[in-house]
Amino acid sequence: MGIISRGFGGRRRDSSPDLPPGQYLTHDFPVLSAGPTPRIPLDRWSFSIVTETGEKHSWNWDEFTALPAEEITVDIHCVTKWSKLGTGWKGVSLDTLFEDVESAADYAMAHSVGGYTTNVPVEDLLDGKAWIAYEFDGEPLHPEHGGPARLLIPHLYFWKSAKWVNGLRMMPEDEPGFWEAAGYHMYGDPWSEQRYHGD
Amino acid sequence: MVRAAVPRRLTWRVATVVDTRQETSSARTLVLDVPDWPGHLPGQHVDVRLTAEDGYTAQRSYSIASAWPSDDGGQVELTIQRLEDGEVSPYLADVVAKGDQIELRGPVGGWFVWREKQPAPVLLIAGGSGVVPLMAMIRARGLARGRQPFRLIYSVRTPEDVCFADELRRRVRDDPGLDVHFVYTRKAPEGSPVPPKRIDVAAVNSHGWPPDFQPDCFVCGPTSFVETAADILVALGHDPKRIRTERFGGA
Ligand SMILES: Cc1cc2nc3c(=O)[nH]c(=O)nc-3n(C[C@H](O)[C@H](O)[C@H](O)COP(=O)(O)OP(=O)(O)OC[C@H]3O[C@@H](n4cnc5c(N)ncnc54)[C@H](O)[C@@H]3O)c2cc1C
Repeated sequence: MGIISRGFGGRRRDSSPDLPPGQYLTHDFPVLSAGPTPRIPLDRWSFSIVTETGEKHSWNWDEFTALPAEEITVDIHCVTKWSKLGTGWKGVSLDTLFEDVESAADYAMAHSVGGYTTNVPVEDLLDGKAWIAYEFDGEPLHPEHGGPARLLIPHLYFWKSAKWVNGLRMMPEDEPGFWEAAGYHMYGDPWSEQRYHGD
Repeated sequence: MVRAAVPRRLTWRVATVVDTRQETSSARTLVLDVPDWPGHLPGQHVDVRLTAEDGYTAQRSYSIASAWPSDDGGQVELTIQRLEDGEVSPYLADVVAKGDQIELRGPVGGWFVWREKQPAPVLLIAGGSGVVPLMAMIRARGLARGRQPFRLIYSVRTPEDVCFADELRRRVRDDPGLDVHFVYTRKAPEGSPVPPKRIDVAAVNSHGWPPDFQPDCFVCGPTSFVETAADILVALGHDPKRIRTERFGGA
């Protein structure tokens, strides 16, 4: 336990078993990103997976939205300590996108418009754990929140759920992405409070 | 994108409040003595952890206001704006006193930082307490006698809400490389030619740098403010790669 801060009582307005340690509940949808919000026209949008052998699979917006989509209700947890419970999304499961992709890589680097990157183990993308989401609350995903489409990996801190995602690059070895190179944890499990390196 | 230095393990350190300074009626600076502080870059922040007597803890992020290396023996300054119904900020802005201890860890963040070796002119756009990390950049430039021209556009409700008002005035007076323009959103100073209004294209256009000067832009404040200001910069033709933002959360 830490040192006691004299006179600090706290407000404790939001204890819930659904909240990972250190998180507080928010009802609005905070925005966090490293630069201005890009606006990406749908006719210029694409998403691709590039394997470790250089093979490229890509989808334009029409092809992508023609894929079977799922409606997902999940809790999301930001490393800056807000959590939002029961958020509703629609998107394409990574399992669907990986159906025809041949890769033995254990890691993937997600890439976004604007140069943002974040690394994820492949096993955290498959088996119904991750989506490329394009609707939030029944509406097209707003650009502020990563629209037209963002990665959604709800079981990891939300910086892993790359906004404006446009591709995955498969990697045999783990490499840090944008925030990870700046000191954030390589994995980012909210339940273990893996915020920064060494947590 | 730049890569930060190899990350270190971030440990919690005990910081002692050695001084406090009231900046405005709702904002206060804490001067903290942090043993073995490793130093920081202007723009970085720390996480503060408070623990109640029964073990309940709360953590929040606060930007570092002081430059590094500082001329005051390695102390770290935080400037906290009280949110009336907040959990942590009223404690830091009103309750904590000289001699008290809090925990912090950091510095955190390697993206929203100004490095004195960057030769580009700099445009700083602050909304409310978003001025804190930008002030660290202004102070660092002063300390390093940097020659990069800096402009600060500082959006604030009323003249009484301006943090670091005297220091900014003094710095602008003594340093031809620094300009400050205020945007008042609720009440403009007596005799001001413009009525209070929110930051707009005209303000950024007339008091920022033209995009062809390729300035490094740093925008910080509440989420919606940052969104608006960054959109204006993009609309004026600034390269999105040169626009760095830090969102403090809230409306
Ligand atoms: C990188 C970074 C740097 C920052 N630097 C600074 C800085 O230099 N100076 C500074 O003053 N601030 C800074 N902030 C903001 C700071 O971290 C805190 O968010 C701020 O001080 C408010 O914290 P709080 O505990 O007082 O308020 P909180 O208790 O977190 O509340 C914040 C607001 O949300 C509302 N709210 C929260 N929870 C609920 C709920 N359950 N129901 C209803 N309403 C709710 C409150 O009404 C309040 O208005 C920074 C933030 C970040 C991310």
